[in-house]
Amino acid sequence: MEKTWNNKAWFMVLPVLVLVAFSAVIPLMTVVNYSVQDTFGGNQFFWAGAEWFEEMLHSDRFWAAMGRNLIFSAIILAIQIPLGIFIALNMPRKGWGVPVCLVLMALPLLIPWNVVGTIWQVFGRIDIGLLGYTLHALGFDYNYVNDPFDAWVTVIIMDVWHWTSLVVLLCYAGLVSIPDAFYQAAKIDGASRWAVFRYIQLPKMQRVLLIAVLLRFMDSFMIYTEPFVVTGGGPGNSTTFLSIDLVKMAVGQFDLGPAAAMSIIYFLIVLLLSWVFYTVMTNYDVEK
Amino acid sequence: MAGTREAVADKDKMMRDAVTTTGAVHGGAVDEALARRMRRRGEESRFWWVVPTIYIIFLMLPIYWLINMSFKSNQEILGAFSLWPQNPTLRNYAVIFTDPSWYKGYINSIIYVVMNTAISISVALPAAYAFSRYRFLGDKHLFFWLLTNRMAPPAVFALPFFQLYSAFGLIDTHIAVALAHCLFNVPLAVWILEGFMSGVPKEIDETAYIDGYSFPRFFVKIFVPLIASGIGVAAFFCFMFSWVELLIARTLTTTDAKPIAAIMTRTVSASGMDWGVLAAAGVLTIIPGALVIWFVRNYIAKGFALGRV
Repeated sequence: MEKTWNNKAWFMVLPVLVLVAFSAVIPLMTVVNYSVQDTFGGNQFFWAGAEWFEEMLHSDRFWAAMGRNLIFSAIILAIQIPLGIFIALNMPRKGWGVPVCLVLMALPLLIPWNVVGTIWQVFGRIDIGLLGYTLHALGFDYNYVNDPFDAWVTVIIMDVWHWTSLVVLLCYAGLVSIPDAFYQAAKIDGASRWAVFRYIQLPKMQRVLLIAVLLRFMDSFMIYTEPFVVTGGGPGNSTTFLSIDLVKMAVGQFDLGPAAAMSIIYFLIVLLLSWVFYTVMTNYDVEK
Repeated sequence: MAGTREAVADKDKMMRDAVTTTGAVHGGAVDEALARRMRRRGEESRFWWVVPTIYIIFLMLPIYWLINMSFKSNQEILGAFSLWPQNPTLRNYAVIFTDPSWYKGYINSIIYVVMNTAISISVALPAAYAFSRYRFLGDKHLFFWLLTNRMAPPAVFALPFFQLYSAFGLIDTHIAVALAHCLFNVPLAVWILEGFMSGVPKEIDETAYIDGYSFPRFFVKIFVPLIASGIGVAAFFCFMFSWVELLIARTLTTTDAKPIAAIMTRTVSASGMDWGVLAAAGVLTIIPGALVIWFVRNYIAKGFALGRV
């Protein structure tokens, strides 16, 4: 579509600009403010320069949380993307099964995040939860409260349960856009099931997969509520991800300076990722 | 990068054309039979339902367990392990529906979610129109900046939000939460609406102007009905993300506007956990989502893809 150059369009964007500036720019400036100052209470602030940033970048606690979060995101992507593609390939294309699958699969996406946590907290308990009780009855020594490994498994299964449907829905939307003619041509050429997937379905899903990977990475990178409800970041610090650590520092210990510096670093990483996302998406659109 | 959205629109159009042509080809019974055989050979074999069924069972089991618990008394939950309630009771739901501090949580949640949806959609509509129809100074930077807010970690904003809204005396009001949730919902609404609007040919705007429509009249009478499904989807996603978010909502409220999701944590008391009520409250938070999802089932992927499928 040919777009006309018209700077008056700014007036139409203005309400959004004002609103988002109020709810994003002002808070962000507050964070920047804290990150370069020190306080001993009583609303007295002293210039601290880059001190907090140096402290953060040299703090083991920050890098440990970062490391855990990166490992978590990597595991999440490695499970959810292939699983999502596999399920989308096996979804019905027409008939009564389509709406039933779509609605039931999307259901976990609409549950408040702390309720997701609650559901799994209960489900995994060895005394009253179906999962924990069954595993125990089968002789597994499963206890997500005490064992870091079990806590990780629980948090990962919970996230797979919560978000795989997003990948499924996106891939499915890509798959249904493939005209039947493509499949007919493949049949005439005698293409194998794998060839159909590799040369017809996968290229058609490329764009939605890109969105799925980036969205899943970012959302798992800022995960807070669900693991917080299930494990509270424990046992020990084993499931303390970046957001959990940040809230602990800012609200729990009221270490405003370090927390603000960490927020800025955290936000810069997210900004970089958003930029990658945007560039890749727009370049992809141009190529097509 | 200049022709980004044009390229998207063109591609969408080509895709639609392709779909209609193949549809026409398939008018013939022979072709339809061939297509059916094809599908049967491929993913739609007789056992197509196995994988979706296993996956759906995996999804439903934890939800079933919550529902199961919500109909049990606490003694039964803690005393005996059973797959379904032996003595079904409505006591847990009765607790919620008779105690104002419980059911007000639902009302609070619904008030700020609806407020947020209304605000988000009404400011996003003109902005999305501007992005889909005009080039202007800094438009791409602005579009990108909006995206960064969708991606911003709520944990970063929790404390500054608290201080900001304290300064305006808005703590513990519905409007505070509604405005705070605009942080991620307005960008989302703009992106989704822009995607839908780019699918409407520009000729429609031009024809309307030639016919003597003023801009506001054209927008309300002609354009909005054309993208009604897009508005529905954007509203659904605003509703959803405001409904599921807790960190910010909990930070900004104390009693009068506290969302149900935060009230749920009350069940932890000195006398131990009230599991039954917790489960019942959880079940009740699932219901609104389950109800609205039916209306957008065909568009939900497009919404998650920020309007770009």
